[in-house]
Amino acid sequence: MKTDPAGVLTGAHYLDGDFACGEGAMAAGCRFVAGYPITPSTEVVERISRRFPMMGGTFIQMEDELASMAAVVGASWTGTKCLTVTSGPGFSLMMENIGLAAMMETPCVVVDVQRGGPSTGLPTMVGQADMMQARWGSHGDYELIALCPQSPQEAFDLMIDAFNLSEIYRIPVMFMMDECVGHMTEKVVIPEADQIEIVPRKLTSQTPEEFLPYRVNGGYVPEFARAGDGYRFHTTGLTHNEHGYPVMSAECQEQNVRRLIYKIRDNADQIVRFEDDGVDGADIVLVTYGITARVAQMAMEMAREQGVKVGMMRLIIAWPFPEKRIKELAGKIKAFVVPEVNYGQMVLEVQRCAEGLAPAVLVSHGGGGVHEPETIVEAIMGAAK
Amino acid sequence: MTDVAETCVQENPVERYLRMDRIPHIWCPGCGIGTTVNCFARAIEQADVDLEKLAIVSGIGCTGRVAGYLNFDSFHTTHGRAIPFATGLKLANPDLKVVVYSGDGDLVAIGGNHFIHAARRNADLTVICVNNFNYAMTGGQAAPTTPLDAMGTTAPYGVCERPFNLPFLAKSCGAVYVARWTTYHVRQITKAMVEAMNKDGFSFVEIISPCPTLYERRNRLGSGLDRMKWFKENSVIKNGSDTRNIDIAYQQPIICGKFVDIDRPSLLEVTEAKIGDIRGKQRWADVSRRQKKSIEQTE
Ligand SMILES: Cc1ncc(C[n+]2csc(CCOP(=O)(O)OP(=O)(O)O)c2C)c(N)n1
Ligand code: SF4
Ligand SMILES: [Mg+2]
Repeated sequence: MKTDPAGVLTGAHYLDGDFACGEGAMAAGCRFVAGYPITPSTEVVERISRRFPMMGGTFIQMEDELASMAAVVGASWTGTKCLTVTSGPGFSLMMENIGLAAMMETPCVVVDVQRGGPSTGLPTMVGQADMMQARWGSHGDYELIALCPQSPQEAFDLMIDAFNLSEIYRIPVMFMMDECVGHMTEKVVIPEADQIEIVPRKLTSQTPEEFLPYRVNGGYVPEFARAGDGYRFHTTGLTHNEHGYPVMSAECQEQNVRRLIYKIRDNADQIVRFEDDGVDGADIVLVTYGITARVAQMAMEMAREQGVKVGMMRLIIAWPFPEKRIKELAGKIKAFVVPEVNYGQMVLEVQRCAEGLAPAVLVSHGGGGVHEPETIVEAIMGAAK
Repeated sequence: MTDVAETCVQENPVERYLRMDRIPHIWCPGCGIGTTVNCFARAIEQADVDLEKLAIVSGIGCTGRVAGYLNFDSFHTTHGRAIPFATGLKLANPDLKVVVYSGDGDLVAIGGNHFIHAARRNADLTVICVNNFNYAMTGGQAAPTTPLDAMGTTAPYGVCERPFNLPFLAKSCGAVYVARWTTYHVRQITKAMVEAMNKDGFSFVEIISPCPTLYERRNRLGSGLDRMKWFKENSVIKNGSDTRNIDIAYQQPIICGKFVDIDRPSLLEVTEAKIGDIRGKQRWADVSRRQKKSIEQTE
């Protein structure tokens, strides 16, 4: 389905990543946003709150991030596409209702413009240390999808994908920006509305008599009924059966939660997304994402000039992680080099998936800035020896 | 024969509003929550609501289970977050009638911040709070509503804190309708629910309710029935009372009544008016830009 032209600012613009992200959401058909101000993410909601009235969208500034996330989950049950936007401290508060969204199977998108942490950390400066939180931050077992744009253009483009994926799998999708991408200003080309493919909410075609809110008939994703359409459904954060009724048993837990997990695991091959650059025949493969991918690009070119066969695998979707691809490469290369603006997060995944076939070398930056390309080159040279 | 059968198997008038496939419910004998649900089922018949557009949102607790027993679109959310969840639901589809139905701990302890902000912004919600003076679901701990000196499992020597006076809290934050009744006052509860649901904006009904299994037992206040008798003898109806003077003290008379019933533009009304203005201005801007353009073109 093509998107609603009302939300699409077609043309070539000079936008920062936060604004581009907001434009992406509106172009994706997002019409409800709840948020609480936090640097370096606030520009997203500032942009949206200004433009929303003209396209029939609703923005509300809630009293905190607990409330923002709860409001988003509630609003999504009207069939509206919903977004909230935050940074680390707010992301922590959102975890509670991200879990609720996962359990109730409520489509929504959560933007985290990452800054240095822990705690209040470096409010105005970059970090990439919420990557594991995005995956594991709420309690219990669940799976979700996380994207990580490396430019304002991608902040726009991937936002459309983020909304589409949240609709396809009925999950909360994490949009893992970072302060650098959020605040850098670059050219962003926004296509015509009829060039933007969006996935609408899959509303049930069953009658209220036939409909069960969590019946999947052997599939993965139940059909959706909106509040107010006469289905009189129940949904809960408790472990529930097909009726959406709570059932406190190991059997129901298995049937309910296994599906939440496997609707992503069994479809991981379709979901995983990365970009290769010179990986075939490489001795060293950089695994990168977000702003660090752009720094690593330069490091890669410098190392190549010194004669090292180095390639790069850039994660566009970080979760689910491209396990198979890492394992396959691990058997062919000397080492992975993983630069991150944290003390080692995605590198753990690379190590896990490489299964000891190739080492994965972390190049850490604690936050507040990005790597010097030379630091990465040094790590590449060391690993290539 | 048939006649007898027909007269005997008459449907309970509230059954059609309940999920009968979930009965028996989890509530203890003598619990007041069921009484309030009965009142609610009667209230929706009288209130000006389209039942297909009615949504019930609960948090977590014994009262939080209400959403699961009412046969409407119903949401059993997270502890304390029923109000913000409901706020999102209502704003994203203003045609819905959204009722928040939850416990005292849920609404004013963990959810207290949401409660005051929803009242302040006059969110278009009806909030029904079953106040049983404790956290029942987790076993009878003290809550911010437990009267001073009363016992809870986490206050074995009696509570040392002053409790919230919920009608005063709601009123001072801006609620347009505020009432308090006990489960003894079933007709008044029903009427209050009807009036609350018929209002635009933030309406609030507090229902003082027995929790014989925990609060009453720990404080040796007798059975559910004893408690109803106590409510009957110790509640004082003072409609229009100044909410500052209706604090609840341990085993002291409970002042009941309708305390607030005013009109103030609701969040949706204000938002819609403002957005209409913005759109109007935008249209003017578009028109004048176009006119300017056509003038430029003609020149
Ligand atoms: C975040 C969180 N903290 C604590 C709990 C445990 N808990 C469940 S119900 C409840 C108290 C409920 O009290 P109230 O709202 O008064 O409802 P009642 O059971 O008395 O009707 C608590 C603390 C929880 N479920 N979630
Ligand atoms: S524990 Fe108390 S509030 Fe909960 S069902 Fe039993 S009597 Fe009611
Ligand atoms: Mg309680």
